[in-house]
Amino acid sequence: MQFESFTEFLHMGGYAVWVWWSFVGTLACFALIAIEAVMRRKTLASEARKHAARAERILQARQARKQQKAAH
Amino acid sequence: MWRWLHPYAKPEATFHLIQKLLPWFLVPGVVLSVLGLVWGLAFAPPDYQQGESYRIIFVHVPAAMWSMGFYVAMAAAGLLALVWQIRTAELALLAIAPVGAVLTFISLFTGALWGQPMWGTWWVWDARLTAQLILLFLYLGVMALYVAFEDERAGAKAASILALVGVINIPIIHYSVYWWNTLHQQSTVTRAITRLEAPSIAPEMLYPLLVNIVAMMLISAVLVMLRLNNEILRREIHRPWALKYLGIAVSTPAANATTEKE
Repeated sequence: MQFESFTEFLHMGGYAVWVWWSFVGTLACFALIAIEAVMRRKTLASEARKHAARAERILQARQARKQQKAAH
Repeated sequence: MWRWLHPYAKPEATFHLIQKLLPWFLVPGVVLSVLGLVWGLAFAPPDYQQGESYRIIFVHVPAAMWSMGFYVAMAAAGLLALVWQIRTAELALLAIAPVGAVLTFISLFTGALWGQPMWGTWWVWDARLTAQLILLFLYLGVMALYVAFEDERAGAKAASILALVGVINIPIIHYSVYWWNTLHQQSTVTRAITRLEAPSIAPEMLYPLLVNIVAMMLISAVLVMLRLNNEILRREIHRPWALKYLGIAVSTPAANATTEKE
């Protein structure tokens, strides 16, 4: 450990602003792009689910119409 | 000879391979990131001239290195896409570009945060800095060109060409500090690793730096893999394998229900 105390560690020998902003900024960039990727996966999955449900509904409606026609 | 590689040109095979590889990149990436950051921030000795401010090196150098490394990877994907018309390679181009742009951006802003206390300026139009800024524009250009066409494959082709032409910037960035008399210092890590000259960095600083370099590569690779799989899913979303992966059960003809005419 190069620092005597936690306060000294945070102080970074007077360069706290530069050092901490660099690290926080880097982490924030990676976090943002990671979150974006995960959200996109979720959107894709929900869109696919919606599409599949719609296809299912169309099929059922078609079947119902056919049965109606047959009954007449 | 390369026949065993051919199945991976198929998006589905790439998707499943990436899903399998992901944890092998993610876990070591996270472990090494934590190790590298703690080591670099708290345990590495301060610099005799720059004091604690030099600790910015532990994010600045890895980001700058991989901003170039991922550019070369992106250009290689562009070459595959152009020459062999491999769709997965086109998607890889689109997956790598944003991650590379973020790495370039990190190298630029940590550079500015390091330059302000050490050089007394956020920015100078120095050869290294300017070439790196051009790299950022190249990444953004590739991304913009990709989506600028009505036909996605035409966009991918144009973006691949731009990516390949832009490779010329990589040696310019690397050698800029030797070719021009710049404010930016010369490379430390290449010198330490190749041992062609006496290393200009103490091992107590070099080792945590190397850990951070490997960590950032792994984390960036994970991000590229996530994005590539997203792109593959987007392209193949109505294929049975994709639906099966997403856990969507479909009765057999349903997939065609919307396109079929009554």
